[in-house]
Amino acid sequence: MNRSKRSFLKIAGCSVVGGLGLAWNSPLVQLEGTSTEKLPTALRAKTWGMVIDLKRCREKKGCTACIEACHKAHNVPSINNPEEEVKWVWKESYEHAFPTQAHGKQSRSLLEHPVLVLCNHCENPPCVRVCPTQATFKRESDGIVMMDQHRCIGCRYCIVACPYGARSFNWQDPREFLAGDINPSFPTRTKGVVEKCNFCAERLAEGKMPACVEACEGEGGALVFGDLEDPDSRVSRILEERYSIQRKPALGTDPRIYYVV
Amino acid sequence: MHNAKAVGLGILIFLLLGTFPFWWGWLQESSSEPPEIALPEGGTKCVESREYMRALHMDLLNDWRDTVVRKGERVYVSSSGERFRMSITGTCLECHKSNDEFCNRCHTYVGVSTTCFDCHVETFVPPGKDDRTLVVQETEGTTKGSEGLRPVEVQRSR
Repeated sequence: MNRSKRSFLKIAGCSVVGGLGLAWNSPLVQLEGTSTEKLPTALRAKTWGMVIDLKRCREKKGCTACIEACHKAHNVPSINNPEEEVKWVWKESYEHAFPTQAHGKQSRSLLEHPVLVLCNHCENPPCVRVCPTQATFKRESDGIVMMDQHRCIGCRYCIVACPYGARSFNWQDPREFLAGDINPSFPTRTKGVVEKCNFCAERLAEGKMPACVEACEGEGGALVFGDLEDPDSRVSRILEERYSIQRKPALGTDPRIYYVV
Repeated sequence: MHNAKAVGLGILIFLLLGTFPFWWGWLQESSSEPPEIALPEGGTKCVESREYMRALHMDLLNDWRDTVVRKGERVYVSSSGERFRMSITGTCLECHKSNDEFCNRCHTYVGVSTTCFDCHVETFVPPGKDDRTLVVQETEGTTKGSEGLRPVEVQRSR
């Protein structure tokens, strides 16, 4: 076969153009006109935050409505072993929650009543800085510190980095501890990933307040949730009017959970 | 020919090894017939064309996953302009009823293992489902931007 360089180049050029044309028209290469959007009912905010009124919380001594609602909503398994337990919202003693603020002469009502704690959804989250896969990230749109369970490799750097102990590791398959009591509105997790409070991102997307806040409404309304950037929101007004504290402020994480003591 | 015996034996061994996939498969009574998957029930068409879904459903699902988890957006506007909730359990399984009879039959056949349902619950109910006001808003399109949103509530027959 004797083909000139010129004819070879012609054929090669035509083949490339033809191939690209075919590929361009193929439905497998591109979908035109697709997009994504939020549900029309979604709640929106620049920075979500929460105020916990400890006085109201103290008035309902022993109340666990928020914890139960959260753990039920998110399929958090109840494991009795403290080394392997999983928790999103829980109670901590005052001196553990606020180690730099507690002193021996503090009012007994403060020291004797546990403080409700959860992920602080920090402005500067140390967990996000250390995550090697960006499985945990801060959502730029509303400041929620999220977990992408699909990306979590279970290295637990974030657990070490979080100064609030807000993260739990699944040492065991959580489904064994949910035993047929799985809430079908939310996925479970699997053995080997880290989890924590997600500020009910899945409920906000549907237009609902967080499960703990909703549960607390009927129990004295100690939990208030809203947009910290909106000066007219209830959280902003409470923070304007009352004296509030954050957990471990000296660390510079700037928590988005505020406590009114 | 030198060493005719050894060469012959070598050729025989080579042929035996070379045809291993054929006679091993025959001995195992495996079949090259494609698996029978459960056909979808309920819906009339998928979120995208059949050709696209067959070839690239995994890309679509990965995009959905990242968009929902990382961007917080839950509505997909398809290439034909229809709106769907981005949810493997809430939308896909609405028609393709069973992970075992639909997804896994093909995946097992081609040797792919998926882990979706290790966490996702097959009997998924979207959080808005028990909230009547939300359902009414979505179906009647009274809220801005909700025109044409096809909420799964409408079609559910369970």
